[in-house]
Amino acid sequence: MSDLPSAAFPTTAKVVVIGAGIVGNCVVGHLARLGWKDMVLIDKGPLPNPGGSTGHASNFIFPVDHNKEMALLGEQSANQYRDMNLSVDSGGIEVARTQDRMDELQRRMTSAKAWGIEAHLLTPAEVKELVPFVNEDVILGGFYCPTVSVVDSLETGTVMRKEAIETAGLQVFANTEVLDVVTDDTPRPNGRRKVTAVVTNKGTIETEHVVIACGVWSNRIAYMADTYIPLVPAVHQMADVGPMDILAETNNEIGYPIVRDMDTFCYERQSSGSMEVGSYGHRAILHHPDEIPSNEEAALSPTEMPFTPDDFDDQMETAIELMDMLGEAEIKYAINGLLSLTPDGMPCLGEIPDVENLWSAAAVWVKEGPGMGQVVAEWMTYGNPRVIDSHGADVARFYEQEKSDEHIWARAEESFIKTYGIVHPSEQWGDRRHLVEGPFRGRQEALGAEFFQARVWERPQWYNSNADLVERYGLSEREVEWDNRWWSPITVGEHLNLRENCGLIDLSAFQIYELEGPGAVEFADYLAVNKVDVPVGRSVYTPWLTPDGGFHSDLTMMRVGEETVRIVTGVFDGGRDEFWVRKHMPNDGSVTFRNLTMELSTLGLWGPHAPAVLAQLTDHDLSQVGSPYGSYLDATIAGVECKLFRISYVGDTGWEIYIPWDQATVVWDAILEAGKDHGIRATGGGVYSLSGRIEKGYRLVGAELESEYNPLEAGLARPKVKAANFIGREAYLAAREAGAEVQCVTLSVEDNTDSQGRKRYMQGGNEPILDMFGDRIIDSHGRASRVTTAGYAPSIGKVLLMGYVTNELAEPGTDLQVMYMNELYPCKVVGSGSAFDPEDTRLKS
Amino acid sequence: MKILVCVKRVPAPGAKINVTADGSDVDAAHLGFTTSPHEECAVEGAVQLVEEHSGEVTVLTLGPGESEEQLRYAASVGAAHGVLVEVDGNGWDPQRTAAALTTAIEGIEAERGRFDLILFGNESADAGGFQVGVRVARALGRPMVQGIKGIEASGDGSGEGTITARREIDGGFEVYEIPRPAVLGVMEGLNLPRYPTMKGRLASKKIEIAKLAGHADEGGQSRITLHRPEEAVSETVILGTGAEAAAAVVDVLDELGVL
Repeated sequence: MSDLPSAAFPTTAKVVVIGAGIVGNCVVGHLARLGWKDMVLIDKGPLPNPGGSTGHASNFIFPVDHNKEMALLGEQSANQYRDMNLSVDSGGIEVARTQDRMDELQRRMTSAKAWGIEAHLLTPAEVKELVPFVNEDVILGGFYCPTVSVVDSLETGTVMRKEAIETAGLQVFANTEVLDVVTDDTPRPNGRRKVTAVVTNKGTIETEHVVIACGVWSNRIAYMADTYIPLVPAVHQMADVGPMDILAETNNEIGYPIVRDMDTFCYERQSSGSMEVGSYGHRAILHHPDEIPSNEEAALSPTEMPFTPDDFDDQMETAIELMDMLGEAEIKYAINGLLSLTPDGMPCLGEIPDVENLWSAAAVWVKEGPGMGQVVAEWMTYGNPRVIDSHGADVARFYEQEKSDEHIWARAEESFIKTYGIVHPSEQWGDRRHLVEGPFRGRQEALGAEFFQARVWERPQWYNSNADLVERYGLSEREVEWDNRWWSPITVGEHLNLRENCGLIDLSAFQIYELEGPGAVEFADYLAVNKVDVPVGRSVYTPWLTPDGGFHSDLTMMRVGEETVRIVTGVFDGGRDEFWVRKHMPNDGSVTFRNLTMELSTLGLWGPHAPAVLAQLTDHDLSQVGSPYGSYLDATIAGVECKLFRISYVGDTGWEIYIPWDQATVVWDAILEAGKDHGIRATGGGVYSLSGRIEKGYRLVGAELESEYNPLEAGLARPKVKAANFIGREAYLAAREAGAEVQCVTLSVEDNTDSQGRKRYMQGGNEPILDMFGDRIIDSHGRASRVTTAGYAPSIGKVLLMGYVTNELAEPGTDLQVMYMNELYPCKVVGSGSAFDPEDTRLKS
Repeated sequence: MKILVCVKRVPAPGAKINVTADGSDVDAAHLGFTTSPHEECAVEGAVQLVEEHSGEVTVLTLGPGESEEQLRYAASVGAAHGVLVEVDGNGWDPQRTAAALTTAIEGIEAERGRFDLILFGNESADAGGFQVGVRVARALGRPMVQGIKGIEASGDGSGEGTITARREIDGGFEVYEIPRPAVLGVMEGLNLPRYPTMKGRLASKKIEIAKLAGHADEGGQSRITLHRPEEAVSETVILGTGAEAAAAVVDVLDELGVL
């Protein structure tokens, strides 16, 4: 078989993949490996370089990333390139010009350890030994990674495509422009449409699946199906300068390690006798997809747009500072190269929520192409990616407010400069704030609320009006600025006050859905591991599994009527969970779906004085008899009809109170007034999401709970399995049969003093959990132990960590170590339960 | 040796160039801009002469404000001064352009002394009028030769003396010896223009661009409309790949009578 365009244009196919860059080619290659047939790949450009971003990519992979998905898929991709012999390990060095960056390199050493990637810190002289043309006087040191690789992405695409042609009969059509993506718009109860055909300038293909792998054009193709892939084409400038003898003498495409000049947002990568200087330091230059020229209109290629030299001048100056020889080298080729940016910096993978069988494989760079092609292919095949949990890249994660051009552009503008930036795990966005907020903003601002944004929702993290608690509890700022950043000792004060008195927490960002109809309970049971068919007024805390039996979600479902079930999930998971419900719900009319999020506001009232406060506002029996743990009952609070949910995510007794949105401020005011003499304080998310949670060891989706782990390992499996069928049941039963190999545990840091005598506070950024020899702990699936959540536990006085360790290390009292900023700290396994009040006596009071 | 090079900002070649819906202008939405290729050679030639004889190169352009980019590009490869005759709109035919350039050159020379040599591109890459250099030379009363692909200067290149210019003809060369000050229209092939270095680019940012207002009477030529001719589409037949294609290739060669 050849790689030539097939002769006759097909009228039907099982799947049409649009886009023959690195991503589209890897999608068809992986689909072929998974047994798919009857596939068509089309591109508007010529092959092998159709003119997208693959054609001008720098083609290097730095495998260390703080983000787990990006790091592991980068590594996965690098290995796939290696397997095809289309990769060279050039090594790469990130150099630091500032002390802040040196600290960041220590953090990168930590992430390298977490992912098992060889890395070394270098002195300036050691950098110069590896790269003799570096001016060592302008740097303080370097982070060297020998497995940084340079790949041939165009040839890899060709190889993958040919493999699919040979093994699966893939048909390929270059120079074929997509004119429309057709959907069946017949109204269905789940509110979704279905993709049916792709219209091109060569004919129409009726198809079951469509994959959009169109790089910078992806959103334009999505528009054709009346939906979105939130990304924007952005310029990354690069210039090829040379020739230079020292490079030419290597007789090699890449003979010296790539240098990333991190503090100037610039890189220097040898390309035979020349040096490619690339920049992420210029102003954000964004383009609408319609502004990208066609292949004919482009002098080079559509994504190699005319260079705007004024934007690059500062980069040249700093590049010459680092490598003097660049100053005399000629600029032979310079472009404004286009790549894709998204509102949150992560790719867009998976099924598009409002169109069945329309898949996104977009906002993927060459460094992750093969791995992400595999993710999408597995998702289409198994219903979930197997290679890695991909919740961060899931295209279903976006809320409506994140899909507008205004939002995408603003976020891309703000994030572009962070490409090489030092980004704190808790860093907040500057622009596009208060897109959605609870009904209490005015009141919260009056209390000096410090708002943190969860996707689009604003939530108070702490209240500056509680600054007096710092003195009351003898608290102080942290010694190291990094640990103190995006944090306040007020949050510790709020925590201790809640434990001593009580706190009122705004939970309006909860995403609340309602299933109704004769099939509602049965369908709810199909989603959940635990039995949802419970008496009216009871709730169920339950995992939702993927077909493979890993975590998709973990949330609460309430039986509010014979034929009505409510679902309450966290704000970070709203998009994905709503999609999951819609995707699986029956379309026979037996179930209807409603999103109640903007109808119901939620307040959390917890602490030993919570019952006394609430008793002043209701006649409802608040005892464990009238309001037992887990009950979800009607109650009138301060004259407002509410639902009273006896539950706690912070470890003290109290309630979540679900209030009609337009009356929520009445209840807020009444509770704070009634609580005055009981020490009540408006309390921020720092207590709810972190310090209260970690003291109790409560697991969180996206942290402890990911699709790579199952309920057994997470310690969330119940003694028995319900009779009713549910998604992932078979895999879950098999996992129970096999037994857990790892356990989710809490660890306490026994001494958090660093080598300079400063107290340090881990941030929960995948810090590696190591044995006493300093070695990584890896299970038979290759999963490494790492910190999934870290936080200071005010009621215990220690930093606590959560993470998975192998069974033999999960015994309480086991000594382990955690790495933070490239230093080791002793820690001890507390156990798989709560570090604070393990008997839950405070919940039962 | 004092040399003036006149350059023009033109759409970068290599891409399909669209015209606006009303046909009044080129659609610049996707275009990059550059200096006409002949003029890039003129700048390079001037820089080489100055490197040989000492002196300085001035570049002059007439065009929109963005043309400063082309002046700085010339500076990045060795020009010392830039002058922009800033004009808007399309009403600048060769006659009017030449008149405005002549006025500008007279002004510059009055201030800074006479140029020993003025270089033009043989014709611009966009309009292709072949006229501006000739008109300016005539207006200045200086000798002018077009189509030049070789330049040498006698003596130290400045003051009295000659310019030797060479142009290709079928089967050989014509060599002209003309007295200074002289004007030449040069062509690609004169040299291989250097690329700017990074330091050159950074230095070019610092040169001062003198700006002059463009005044001249309208010329006798006006643009009515731009029209894009239909592209000639050539048919491509794929004969096969690898060894399988050999027989078909032989057939075609046979058909062409080359076997």
